[in-house]
Amino acid sequence: MALSSGSAVAHAGASVFAVDEPANPWFTWAYVRDNSGDLQRALEEHVVLTVQAVALGLLIAFPLALLAHRYRRLAAPVLGITGVLYTIPSLALFAFITPISFFGLRQRTVLVGLVIYALLILVRNILAGLEGVPADVREAAQGMGYGRARMLWNVELPVAAPAIMAGIRVATVSTVALVTVGVIVGYGGLGGLILRGFQNNFYRAEIVTASLLTVALGLTFDLLLAGATRLVTPWARGR
Amino acid sequence: MGLLGDAFVWLNDPLNWQGRGGVPFLTYEHLYISFLAVALAALVAMPTALLLGHTGRGGGLTVAVTNVSRAIPTLALLTVFAATSIGFGNRATILALAVFAVPPLLTNTYVGIRGVDPDIVEAARGMGLSERSILLRVELPLSVPLIAAGVRTAAVQVVATATLAALVGGGGLGTIINEGFGQQDRPQILAGGLLVAFLALLTEGALALVQRQVTPGRERRRLLPAARRSSDAVGAGAVEATWADEEDDRQTVAVP
Repeated sequence: MALSSGSAVAHAGASVFAVDEPANPWFTWAYVRDNSGDLQRALEEHVVLTVQAVALGLLIAFPLALLAHRYRRLAAPVLGITGVLYTIPSLALFAFITPISFFGLRQRTVLVGLVIYALLILVRNILAGLEGVPADVREAAQGMGYGRARMLWNVELPVAAPAIMAGIRVATVSTVALVTVGVIVGYGGLGGLILRGFQNNFYRAEIVTASLLTVALGLTFDLLLAGATRLVTPWARGR
Repeated sequence: MGLLGDAFVWLNDPLNWQGRGGVPFLTYEHLYISFLAVALAALVAMPTALLLGHTGRGGGLTVAVTNVSRAIPTLALLTVFAATSIGFGNRATILALAVFAVPPLLTNTYVGIRGVDPDIVEAARGMGLSERSILLRVELPLSVPLIAAGVRTAAVQVVATATLAALVGGGGLGTIINEGFGQQDRPQILAGGLLVAFLALLTEGALALVQRQVTPGRERRRLLPAARRSSDAVGAGAVEATWADEEDDRQTVAVP
């Protein structure tokens, strides 16, 4: 940066009358070096929000999906409500939550919104996975004397595992992207840097670095979860 | 509830319904941006998907495009475009939104074409139809229901995300929410949220009707419940194949 800004000054001195734009590169390592503290803080905030949101989403989604799976009559309303909620734009959702969240913390506003979206993706995928267990597999387990709990744990969940893991992956990657919107309430991880760059006269290096980091974070999570999928479904490996 | 009441007071204020900052104009702007974005995306995605679907290539590509696009935050792309020579405002917004409308259109059209019964295609070929005719007169009409599902998914998603344009100087209904946050005006925030949510649900409902209209009766039973799921499927993931494993077509094809 020092070099390029130096040359920019020299350049500006050479042509005083021309309206010279200052150098505004798309990416410089100098930016990364000078702002490593900010980047690290934003990245940390981003990771923490994502992990919290997906974990909480899973905690709520699992019982919901199991209920909908067990009592068929609940499936339609659960899917219907989640579908309507999923249609609501994220900014509007934050708008709904913010005024209501008297508990005040901005972080919690963002987290509630993220959990809701993650929840919707997770419920659907878990339910789809459970519904996808072939009837004859279930029958065979019944014939072998499996009760409900054992059937769920030993038969249905393992068979549904790939679908459930796929749901977790999609939910995680979407959440990473969605965290940035939290900037509207001042708590958006790397989204904060993206918008700061925009407001600071299109500070390109800041915008691009934060954007790339967000995408890289999403892809990293995706790869990690893909690895985890192989770990929990060892039988699917050889295929 | 007081706050909700205040939001309705905001909505009832005639001042908020006038001029360039008024609800009708912003709604129009919102829909105009969304429409152009979807049209632009369709212009790129449809021919590509038709060709890929007809030749049977590129299944992995469509899956990869869908996955990568999911990892890119809309806000990032909006901001990056705003920082280029395109400038900020509606043009950058339309481009950014179009990028996000491509994956559902691409996937659904591709899956639709691939899903056409191979016997029918064989029969058409046997009757001497050219490849071009097979694509345009056999495969395309048969995959209209799935394509319609893709358009619906894309459009609803675009209408929803167009809200974010307000963060980077664009127009549309998001402006109301954004201004509300700027002025800490809670009733306005809530009123804006209600308007945007209403518009998104309305779009979803209207396009669901269109989709029903273009789906032949005998297909409805088979497709619509699946398509209903497909709106989250594409948004939320039934295209579950990934970078690493595009192990079989079944996954991509099974879920539109």
